[in-house]
Amino acid sequence: MSTGVAITGMGIISAIGNNVAENYSSLLEGRTGISHISKIDTVHKGSIMVGEIIFTNAELEAKLGLGPNNNYSRTALLGAIAAKEAIEDAKITNIKAYRTGLISSTSVGGMDMTEKFYYDYLESEANRRYIEGHHAGDSTEKIAEQLGIDQSLVTTISTACSSAANAIMFGARLIKTGKLDRVIVGGADCLSKFTINGFNTLMILSDTYNTPFDENRKGLNLGEAAAYLVLESESLVKKEKKKVLGYVVGYGNANDAYHQTASSENGDGATLAMEKALAVAGLEPKDIDYINAHGTATGNNDLSEGRAIIRVFGEDVPEFSSTKAYTGHTLAAAGAIEAVYSILSLQNNIIYPNLNFKTPMKEFSLIPQTSLKEKALNTVLSNSLGFGGNCSTLIFSK
Amino acid sequence: MEKVYINSIGSISAQKTFDNSDFLEEIVTYEDNIIPVIEPNYKDFIPPAAARRMAKGIKMGVVASKIALEEANLTDIDAIITGTGMGCVRDSEKFVTAILDNNEQFLTPTSFIQSTHNTVAGQIALGIGCKGYNFTYVHSSVSFESALIDAFMQLEQKEAENILVGGVDESGEHTNAINKLIHHIKPEKINSKELLHSKTGGAVFGEGANFFVLSNKKQDYSYAQLLGVKTYNTLAKSDLLANLEVFLKENNLSFADIDVLIIGNNGDIDYDNYYSELTNGPFKDTQQVAYKHLSGEFNTASAFGFWLGAKILRTQQIPSPVALNAIKNKGFENVLLYNQYRGKNHSFTLLRRC
Repeated sequence: MSTGVAITGMGIISAIGNNVAENYSSLLEGRTGISHISKIDTVHKGSIMVGEIIFTNAELEAKLGLGPNNNYSRTALLGAIAAKEAIEDAKITNIKAYRTGLISSTSVGGMDMTEKFYYDYLESEANRRYIEGHHAGDSTEKIAEQLGIDQSLVTTISTACSSAANAIMFGARLIKTGKLDRVIVGGADCLSKFTINGFNTLMILSDTYNTPFDENRKGLNLGEAAAYLVLESESLVKKEKKKVLGYVVGYGNANDAYHQTASSENGDGATLAMEKALAVAGLEPKDIDYINAHGTATGNNDLSEGRAIIRVFGEDVPEFSSTKAYTGHTLAAAGAIEAVYSILSLQNNIIYPNLNFKTPMKEFSLIPQTSLKEKALNTVLSNSLGFGGNCSTLIFSK
Repeated sequence: MEKVYINSIGSISAQKTFDNSDFLEEIVTYEDNIIPVIEPNYKDFIPPAAARRMAKGIKMGVVASKIALEEANLTDIDAIITGTGMGCVRDSEKFVTAILDNNEQFLTPTSFIQSTHNTVAGQIALGIGCKGYNFTYVHSSVSFESALIDAFMQLEQKEAENILVGGVDESGEHTNAINKLIHHIKPEKINSKELLHSKTGGAVFGEGANFFVLSNKKQDYSYAQLLGVKTYNTLAKSDLLANLEVFLKENNLSFADIDVLIIGNNGDIDYDNYYSELTNGPFKDTQQVAYKHLSGEFNTASAFGFWLGAKILRTQQIPSPVALNAIKNKGFENVLLYNQYRGKNHSFTLLRRC
């Protein structure tokens, strides 16, 4: 197995907790974060459910000590909170002591403010400060500023629902090739009318709790979240005697090249992504102890991903589950959320239940893990699959 | 480590650049503060039924990538990596407008789907059936350079042989309107010949798609070698030269080795002074080139600068409309590009004759 890139810190905020510890206890207790929507004024309020973070923007601003004239989108607020926890967890006191970069990801960016002030901008000056906060890179710039990262490689990836997995992948490669000593990687996405209505027009939103890999699944619940990992080079880890939480040992990205939004029936892209990640890690499918599946609970995703898992793992599919029933689908952040959950799995030798599963799918005999399970875990594979045929796999090890 | 080459190019810009046999022979001048691209006949490249459904950004990206792939004689590629600041912004605007005007009713998914930032990279992959690595970087004025860094790493490490890299951004009506309100777009219409000497703040906004096949296999038709790329989220003016010196040193070069300096000044009196640090400093007696008076400013305008650098090295010519001075007219070996937008997201890119 390749030695991989060390993970020395992590931070997260999601519908099931405002930090790593809270998320972990919700996972153990089977506590879902899915509920009716309370923070966005949408006509779909009654008919959809989402994974919302409990804090209002004002509460998040207060936590970050931002003044009243700040122009943070909710994406930037969530990202800054989670990234700060990651830095603290990694016990970084002087961010400038090493070449430190930031690779973030988002799909919504500052759209929450844009849709609020879209016409208002034309009439009044009051909220025009948010205009500059719209573009996808803005939340990343703000997180860099919050962390004190300057004169460095700071960029943003947006590949729909695989974005954060790709940010982790790019960050790992920057460490491997020696371009950086340390990189903060992850993603953030807030809820917005834009995504709620977008997914609604695609008719893939569930009106109740999402049920990944269930025959009667009705679609996904959107969620909002942010999560970041700190990746550090081997020499930095040695020199500073850093505690290592786990390693990124494998990564692979491939394109389904099948349809703009739908995944191919046979899961070509997901199969290729998993195969590439195994090759980079120097592992065989039998070496994987647990799969944290993308499992969005849409008809299309779970069929395509399930078939891809069977193509890669054959008869011996390890325990797998999707944690989307806890958090909802957090879009660009999902890969980072599930990376944090994968590391927690490795640290605690715990497999999370795939909540809400009742009936096996008729197309195959795959049955997710439905109860909390203790198992000695050395490797966890995590999938993230997105629009534009974008398929990514990460493999983590102890 | 492998060397990395620019093997082919494809450009759609506010100049007639989609024909690779031409090099800015006829310049189109504009008298405006927003300038559009000169579009090729898309039907020559895409079936009309498909083209009708595509957003402008997708059409520009697909066609620019086709031109680049054809020039490199490739039908498939190992990876597709794009940069875009705003994605297909017209569709984002269309979807937001529809949400607001119809109170979230009667919506159709097309504009939502096309508004996704990776839609151009996804469509290119779909068009050529490329199942390889597919990434999209969306970080303001270093979107394209982030894609370059990624591709450069893979080619150096021999993880791939041919990678399609491009920058694409389209201009959107509402985005332009609000950028006028916050003075990021110049208040006055200005002649493109006067732009770089403008005394006002803001830029002239443009759009474009510039795609390249980068490869670690040098060909007879290779344009240039890509020596290195580096980006910085922040750089104070006072730190600019010191950081540039380090970057050049990492590539075993010094200021004096640069034959052509290509700068991304856009006529914004508030931020063009970053470039003056170079042009009035160590590169005072170096051949200087600028391009945003021809292309307009957009998040991936620097990909047009990259196109220009590749063309200069291959043809060993500098068309007079881009020359800021007349120091040198032959023997171009090393080209340095520097770009930033509003004092943030700076990049240095080094090209060499091959």
